[in-house]
Amino acid sequence: MADMASMLDVSVWRGADEGRFVSYPVPRRENQTVLDVVTYVQRRLDATLAYRFSCRVGMCGSCAMTVNGVARWTCRTHVGRVAKDGRLRIAPLRNMPVIKDLSVDMAGFFAKAARAKGAFRPTADRTADFAVIAPDSPRRRRADAAIECIGCGVCYASCDVVTWNPDYLGPAALNRAWTLVNDERDGGNRERLAAVAGDAGCHACHSHQSCMERCPKHLNPTESIAGLKRATVLAALTGKL
Amino acid sequence: MRPFRLAGGSRDHPAYWAFAVHRLSGLLLVLFLPAHFYVLSRAIQGAAALDAVLAWTEGPLVKAAEVGLILLLAAHLTGGLRLLAVEFLPWRDWQKTLIAVTAGVSLLIGLGFLINVA
Ligand code: HEM
Ligand code: SF4
Ligand code: SF4
Ligand code: FES
Repeated sequence: MADMASMLDVSVWRGADEGRFVSYPVPRRENQTVLDVVTYVQRRLDATLAYRFSCRVGMCGSCAMTVNGVARWTCRTHVGRVAKDGRLRIAPLRNMPVIKDLSVDMAGFFAKAARAKGAFRPTADRTADFAVIAPDSPRRRRADAAIECIGCGVCYASCDVVTWNPDYLGPAALNRAWTLVNDERDGGNRERLAAVAGDAGCHACHSHQSCMERCPKHLNPTESIAGLKRATVLAALTGKL
Repeated sequence: MRPFRLAGGSRDHPAYWAFAVHRLSGLLLVLFLPAHFYVLSRAIQGAAALDAVLAWTEGPLVKAAEVGLILLLAAHLTGGLRLLAVEFLPWRDWQKTLIAVTAGVSLLIGLGFLINVA
């Protein structure tokens, strides 16, 4: 029989936007991730628990939840790092409607990537030769620094400006737009800069840096948004907006 | 009940505290501004009127409030300059240290003023 030291006291959000925390005892294991804990609850204690994951190795961005008050990717978050005195409080991500338990509706989050013109706009067709871009050119480096986003929504859930203004495009969508602003092959920047310059765009960001603080990929959306602030102001001053 | 909506965890880092200080100091400065204009307006009413207010500012409580005000202004000024650096200069990691620098500089300015009025 497991003693108290080898058990975790896990409370998990059950319900939708209205709901409550339900407590589950989960055995403590070595090298256990928060996703392992949630999976244990669902497989062994209550099969009706709804949550999302796919890759389990930090690639797909589907497993993000609020763990002890902080948004995290649960598959790469070790229990040892976050469980204060063996307690875990697991809730759905903030700033998105809850579908059920730990699953949130990310449709609005992804729609904002489209609204920020986050899709590549090619300037060449398939008959054209490869674009040659020097790896150390400034624009390539700026795109590189921001490109590894897995769309997990952790930054979006951590951003107070999203909470205050639900229309705000948010760190991930703006970060994505910034990678394309720096893409030599892309031809959509006029529309893109116009799309991110509005009321709910880059200038709404207060540089809280919660996004950068929490991004599991260690990206810096604050920097990308600052880049958009400069680019949109420059475009406006030169009559290109 | 929506306890998880409380964002406590996502706000617990220096850049967010810096934002909170900036907003609080900005709002308090807005409150101070009318008082400041009132005192200045006394000058137009003549030397006696101004002197009456200035005599009032000699009190210890007012002195203490003045130091607080200088601190607010210093914190808001240095914090504002930091934000401008973060947003208009290319990102560098030293910008994290800037928060500590702004806090230090504002405290120094406040202390300097305290020594002067004391
Ligand atoms: C001394 C030079 C000053 C500088 C460099 C400065 C800089 C700034 C900056 C950069 C912001 C934007 C902050 C953000 O995006 O969150 C700001 C906001 C603000 N400032 Fe100043 N400011 C100065 C003086 C003042 C004064 C004298 C007042 C009061 C009368 C004031 C009141 C405010 C207020 C109320 C805000 C809004 C706070 C917020 O949105 O969080 N500022 N300031
Ligand atoms: S830096 Fe901007 S986008 Fe990032 S959390 Fe703060 S307000 Fe949101
Ligand atoms: S920027 Fe970071 S936190 Fe935000 S969605 Fe992309 S990977 Fe997740
Ligand atoms: S399950 Fe894919 S990132 Fe966590």
